[in-house]
Amino acid sequence: METKSIMIVGVGGQGSLLASRIIGNVLLSQGYDVKVSEVHGMSQRGGSVVTYVKYGDKVYSPVVEKGEADIIVSFELLEAARWLSYLKKGGHLITSNQQLDPMPVITGVAKYPENIVQKLSELGADVISADAVALAEKAGSAKASNVVLMGLIASKMDFDDEVWINAIKQCVPEKFLELNLKAFELGKEIK
Amino acid sequence: MNKLMLGNEAFARGLYEGGCKLISSYPGTPSTEITEYAAKYDEMYAEWAPNEKVAMETAIGASIAGARSFCGMKHVGLNVAADPLYTAAYTGVTGGLVIAVADDPGMHSSQNEQDSRHHAIAAKVPMLEPSDSGECRDYVKQAFDLSEQFDTPVIVRLSTRVAHSQSSLELYDRQEAAVKPYEKNPQKYVMMPAFARGRHVVVEERTKKLIEFAETSPLNSVELNNTKIGVITSGVAYQYAREALGDSASYLKLGMVNPLPVKLIRDFAEKFETVYVIEELDDIIETHCKKNGINVTGKEIFGFIGELSQSIIAEKLLGKKNEFAEFSEPVPVRPPVMCAGCPHRGLFYSLSKNKITVSGDIGCYTLGAAAPLNSMDSTICMGASISALHGMNKIRGEEGEKKSVAVIGDSTFMHSGITSLINISYNATNSTVIILDNSITGMTGHQQNPTTGMNLKGDPAAKVSIEAVCHAIGIERVRVVDPYNMAETEAAILEELNIPQPSVIISRRPCALLKTVKHKPALKVNNDKCKSCKMCLKIGCPAISIRDGKAMIEATQCVGCGICTEMCKFDAIAE
Repeated sequence: METKSIMIVGVGGQGSLLASRIIGNVLLSQGYDVKVSEVHGMSQRGGSVVTYVKYGDKVYSPVVEKGEADIIVSFELLEAARWLSYLKKGGHLITSNQQLDPMPVITGVAKYPENIVQKLSELGADVISADAVALAEKAGSAKASNVVLMGLIASKMDFDDEVWINAIKQCVPEKFLELNLKAFELGKEIK
Repeated sequence: MNKLMLGNEAFARGLYEGGCKLISSYPGTPSTEITEYAAKYDEMYAEWAPNEKVAMETAIGASIAGARSFCGMKHVGLNVAADPLYTAAYTGVTGGLVIAVADDPGMHSSQNEQDSRHHAIAAKVPMLEPSDSGECRDYVKQAFDLSEQFDTPVIVRLSTRVAHSQSSLELYDRQEAAVKPYEKNPQKYVMMPAFARGRHVVVEERTKKLIEFAETSPLNSVELNNTKIGVITSGVAYQYAREALGDSASYLKLGMVNPLPVKLIRDFAEKFETVYVIEELDDIIETHCKKNGINVTGKEIFGFIGELSQSIIAEKLLGKKNEFAEFSEPVPVRPPVMCAGCPHRGLFYSLSKNKITVSGDIGCYTLGAAAPLNSMDSTICMGASISALHGMNKIRGEEGEKKSVAVIGDSTFMHSGITSLINISYNATNSTVIILDNSITGMTGHQQNPTTGMNLKGDPAAKVSIEAVCHAIGIERVRVVDPYNMAETEAAILEELNIPQPSVIISRRPCALLKTVKHKPALKVNNDKCKSCKMCLKIGCPAISIRDGKAMIEATQCVGCGICTEMCKFDAIAE
């Protein structure tokens, strides 16, 4: 099988590391060769963060480049716009509709683009957007919006729910498990 | 069953499986998690040292005492630890000594982009370079064997993409390495000139043997395909090249990057019309080839700056470019910022407001340099804030002393700020130093340090008093402020600047991300009271933005620190 690429993008602190670990474990359990690449340190401090997940018979490079991603999951609208160029032609773009202003917007030197989802569609991307924060709150905590989006991505990939639930169990501490499983269920129901 | 592991986690696993007994490191992205993961194995003693030099000397001591030992650091940390390294290369080891150095091509979290292979060459110690997590584990174990076989420290070089990428590996049991009996051997371990001269001869002979080893070691592997192109590469660059070129090239993958083989490279290169050297950062392999008359092409195509990737290689060598769509309008950048509730924020606002020259240092607070605070004038390396301020003040005199401060974190002060402060006291400038004590090593992800009262394992430990240290080295004026109280903090800064004596202000408030810190409820803006003056935006809090002309506080981010309430003149912000 040819190598497939998934990108998880967002703002430092939104939980992209957990999301990438869940996907990584799902893929590993299905017998794929898997590489997951993260960035730690300074860029985590509220900056734009990106995590790569690649899988196939044999994966070499751990990073994804422009035009290579089969799926991009974005935790924030502006980040979906920023990383669009990494999407492969015909790839899926899944995004939370949360808007977090970056510092240049807060200080007024730049403008946050309007109608991002519509513009992404006009550029030919297959976009699904969801109010992941509201659904996470419904599950019990706004912080679980990352796992809501895992539910959504699960519906774009061909693995049984059991596989995803096992991976979530491996990656989430016991006391937050119920909350996260509920968030996953709510994410799956998004059409 | 195979397990997905971060390169750093796999490295720690290698230490465990390889029988390592002692680990002493200083945190630094992207090397930190090696030691954090290693600390989870009860069979190995692990500690955070105050700095990399201390860490390396501790590991050297454990090696002399006969145990397999390790120290880990980022690339710039090896500069701090270079002094013991270069002489440990002469003494050699008793128990195996392995050093991890993690380079950061692309500078994801660093102040420079140095290539640590230069240190291995200059110190004359062997260096291995893994390209994925499985190799991290395997190379650590081989490094211990090599260290004992050739009587030398061995460096294992990582890069960000290897250290912070996960790939799968099968786990093995630990092989205990018995502690060798201690024997006094001053000719080997007392490096005064008479003995060191003899050891230098040993080092040169060892290097010859290591080159012979490199010619046939399985660490250096050849993959021959029926091609006209040959590629010589190492580390993660191999993974990029293999993905970009596939079976259309043949590969010589160098797992040992110092010393480099000659015959192996020559025999490989002779088979191809064109030979490329694909290596990140400097032209170490390329220069070695050219010095030995082997015709290769490298940096003239790939350059010296930043990371490589499969796309760069495919474009430069095959002329292939991926198709993609860019977003239709400018996307504002999202630089890293101080977190909501960061205790440094209010302090930097006061420094900015009073137009104070700030001699900065390495840590989260380096973000004080960014807009809208714009409150830093220089950042060089760990500890430089204090010593550079002393130098600036010697030149600028009283005018400088009244308008300049140094800022340094608690961990960085322990690392190398104390000696700098001694220079202020001893050589007398009326400098004002602000120690940002947030009770943790923040930027690298919350590591304990000598001021926190806890050790690496989270157990209680001796707590170094910053106040007592300052007093002991001759600073009479030492005061503590709470940076959440902006008025008090600003008054203290202005007072100390104007007093013709050296002084230290300790700005003390734990990092808002610490689990032990209780957050207050998120604050809200009363739209009727908000006059849209935007004063609250001047502190650069990521939780505050403008929606429909009025200030808005993002509830998922706000931790209720209240700094913004001190900015608002209209009492529009409250719980």
